[in-house]
Amino acid sequence: MPEILVLVDHTDGAVHKPTLELLTLARRLGEPSAVFLGPGADSATEVLGRYGAHKVYVVDAPEVGEHLVTPAVDALTQLAGRTGAAALLLPSGPDGKETAARVALRLGSGLITDAVDVVPGPDGPVTEQSVFAATYQVTAHVTRGVPVITVKPNATAPEPAPVTPLVEKQDVAFGPASAAVRVLARTPRERGDRPELTEADIVVSGGRGVNGDFTVIERVADALGAAVGASRAAVDSGWYPHRHQVGQTGAQVSPQLYLAAGISGAIQHRAGMQTSKTIVVVNKDADAPLFELADHGVVGDLFEVLPQLVEEIRRRRS
Amino acid sequence: MKIVVCVKHVPDAAADRTFTEDGSTDRASVDSLLSELDEYAIEQALRIAEADGADTEISYLTVGPDDARDALRKALAMGGDSAIHVSDEGIEGSDAFGTSLVLARAIERHGFDLVLCGMASTDGAMGVVPAMLAERLGVPAVTHVEGLTVDDGTVSGRREGDGATVSVQGTLPAVVSVTDRSGDARYPSFKGIMAAKRKPVETLDLADLGVDPAQVGRSGARSAVDTTARRPPRTKGEIVVDDGAGGAGLAAFLTARKFI
Ligand SMILES: Cc1cc2nc3c(=O)[nH]c(=O)nc-3n(C[C@H](O)[C@H](O)[C@H](O)COP(=O)(O)OP(=O)(O)OC[C@H]3O[C@@H](n4cnc5c(N)ncnc54)[C@H](O)[C@@H]3O)c2cc1C
Ligand SMILES: Nc1ncnc2c1ncn2[C@@H]1O[C@H](COP(=O)(O)O)[C@@H](O)[C@H]1O
Repeated sequence: MPEILVLVDHTDGAVHKPTLELLTLARRLGEPSAVFLGPGADSATEVLGRYGAHKVYVVDAPEVGEHLVTPAVDALTQLAGRTGAAALLLPSGPDGKETAARVALRLGSGLITDAVDVVPGPDGPVTEQSVFAATYQVTAHVTRGVPVITVKPNATAPEPAPVTPLVEKQDVAFGPASAAVRVLARTPRERGDRPELTEADIVVSGGRGVNGDFTVIERVADALGAAVGASRAAVDSGWYPHRHQVGQTGAQVSPQLYLAAGISGAIQHRAGMQTSKTIVVVNKDADAPLFELADHGVVGDLFEVLPQLVEEIRRRRS
Repeated sequence: MKIVVCVKHVPDAAADRTFTEDGSTDRASVDSLLSELDEYAIEQALRIAEADGADTEISYLTVGPDDARDALRKALAMGGDSAIHVSDEGIEGSDAFGTSLVLARAIERHGFDLVLCGMASTDGAMGVVPAMLAERLGVPAVTHVEGLTVDDGTVSGRREGDGATVSVQGTLPAVVSVTDRSGDARYPSFKGIMAAKRKPVETLDLADLGVDPAQVGRSGARSAVDTTARRPPRTKGEIVVDDGAGGAGLAAFLTARKFI
């Protein structure tokens, strides 16, 4: 079975869900090995094994935390060489994509970013991507070298396939480029009580129509066990933090249910939510373009519709 | 200080973008414009120059077909000094590897202290060219940042990365990419538009840059598109006008779909 390297996305050893999705996809292509950078591998090994990582390569060197991206590039490039891996899977995000790009360049390999699915094919992995604001589906494959692929969150449901992983500490020779960009301070993203935006089954988003106070959106989100999203207009107005922005320059989400209130539906917003399974829209303007995507739409004032929705959810549940 | 800003001419995102038969972006069927996300890079270059006085020289660089020149004119209308247009039939069909190779050779030829890029192009949206440029040029990459500051030979910014917000710093020369939160871009003034007409635009081809045509274009591409398919349009569902029971109706819909 060919070895597939999966770069682990974690905070101090707490493994994030997209990594489990990568391991699940990697099992279609061969035998997954997890590449764990930084401290905390001990607490991660069990869950990595549960999702099918036969090996866990641990690179716990100070460079990993002190510098940006390039330590991961050195580690993955060298591990790809040592293991003769058949493919590399990384999470899609600024860090994952830049790491992938530089690794591919060094390996003389091809690169595919933002895959929403990966399946085995006659000439190596075949990827699926959503492009042009998610109006097109494209399948593609790498034609040169060891395929390097970054995968978006929610590409597949994580499925357990327990094994007891072999844990191997790996030494990496960090090149001068690894010291080039220093991390002066690092603030890990808060994982609040609500689900993560890109990982959630349900996302409830608010836009300019919310007019300042996002409590009305949060109440619906909590009633449904959902993550909170926001349009760029809402974020730019300072009503909600940027990490909640959905769209071209924010998160691209693909939940089972996307509920948008007070969002008009600009192409840049649609680019981030168009592939959601079910879309519900509340807007007082019947001509808002987002209604074109809606499975169910309510033309009305969100300050009346949403509180009534929350009330009704409570009533139906009790 | 010598600043090179990489700008891309892209099909208008608001238009109906499609593919040609061979799976590359159909540039003929829709209007193209300067990628909006590159305007943020231009804005940062102009602000650095304003703070630095007369010592800063700004050049724009684009790799693309003839009409990519329009992107350079728009950039020059915003400000800056000169532009370089790399155009060659051999470049058609390049992926990020080919594009970054051509950009890197052109940047080396021109000389630079700082290369500024957008966070991603609005058509390909891979967001990998800046990282590849840094790798090829062998200089630090301070990418995906806002709150950019350049001083005393260093460049710093704040980056919202995958799991954390980090503040990062590198030394010049460097490649920097900025996000759409780095500061609103200015509009070209009438005076700027007139002045842009007199600013020099150099045109180069692969031979000028000594780039082997086998490394770029379709022949140099490292991945291949197998299929492209338009997603079936979503069928518009029921749109109800709230008559006082819109929220309850919504709850009924969500219950029917098993979300409640
Ligand atoms: C390069 C670039 C990148 C961008 N990236 C993104 C991105 O990632 N994400 C993003 O979202 N946008 C992005 N945008 C911005 C995008 O073009 C729109 O400007 C933005 O999405 C508008 O947000 P909105 O729908 O909340 O605001 P608006 O367009 O102002 O819409 C507000 C809506 O609220 C409705 N409304 C008002 N009051 C009420 C009420 N009481 N009840 C019900 N409805 C009400 C109105 O009818 C209206 O339809 C980007 C733009 C550019 C140029
Ligand atoms: N053909 C090109 N010409 C000039 N600059 C480019 C080109 N392609 C990409 N870039 C630069 O690289 C950035 C990221 O592009 P991408 O990796 O394609 O998303 C853009 O915002 C530009 O600054």
